[in-house]
Amino acid sequence: MNSSLDTTFAALADPTRRAILARLALGEVSVMELAAPFAMSQPAISKHLKVLERAGLVSRGREAQRRPVRVEAQPLVEATEWLDNYRQSLETRFQRLDALLARLKGDAQKHGAKRRKQKMKRR
Amino acid sequence: MEGDLMANETRIKAEPGKQEIFVTREFDAPRELVFQAFTDPELYVQWLGPRRLTMNLETFEPRAGGSYRYILTDTDGSVFAFHGVNHEVLAPERIISTFEFEGLPEAGHVILETAKFEALPGDRTRLVNQSVFQSVADRDGMIQAGMESGLTESYERLEELLAKGVSQTAGASQ
Repeated sequence: MNSSLDTTFAALADPTRRAILARLALGEVSVMELAAPFAMSQPAISKHLKVLERAGLVSRGREAQRRPVRVEAQPLVEATEWLDNYRQSLETRFQRLDALLARLKGDAQKHGAKRRKQKMKRR
Repeated sequence: MEGDLMANETRIKAEPGKQEIFVTREFDAPRELVFQAFTDPELYVQWLGPRRLTMNLETFEPRAGGSYRYILTDTDGSVFAFHGVNHEVLAPERIISTFEFEGLPEAGHVILETAKFEALPGDRTRLVNQSVFQSVADRDGMIQAGMESGLTESYERLEELLAKGVSQTAGASQ
């Protein structure tokens, strides 16, 4: 199992961290601004940021005072692709079921038409 | 990504850190027919396994307390066996069953599957399948394995498309 996906999913498996990423999707912010909406101390937010940083999901700018936090897309892209390939393997199977259902519906219609024809003849 | 999917296409929900996967798929057929495709062995074999693999339905008892086991054989001879028990088969709305892949290094990794068949207007059906795993690791492992098989199928379809393209071009140039 891909260990960077492990780290990405572990990082995402927390509602506060997901909320942080959602906020960062709107644009970079300083840690102070990030902490504001949460009923949480700055050190607590910093802990979450460390986890996100280790997973490569956020990066910290170098601008000395503020060190703004930004979201990094690549790990999320990998996680989405991973799930989409799984979805695709299921979709292929369901398309076979689509084809079978279409055949069964066609057979049912033919059968119905045959019976109606036979009923007409007997009159 | 969801916005790119066609109307009926498979949708998956697998939230990070959870032990379950939801698969939703709609069909242009009444749910009695879709349910039949899941419970009639002659129909089931026609769609479950990928084309490349031969499907052998060794046991199939679509009733409460019934068991099932099927074996997929690859062109290179490798064999994949799956088995489980049907907890409930309630036509035409619900099937609850266990599922285990026999090819894992360790036995006992079982999944609880709940398949619900909802009737939609216009003689259509929505299938919602919930798979519950014994751990987050089991769930993520299943997705990983599914991803790999998904890639294989995608490559096969790509090969077929390319082969079609090549033969058509060859025909045109003559």
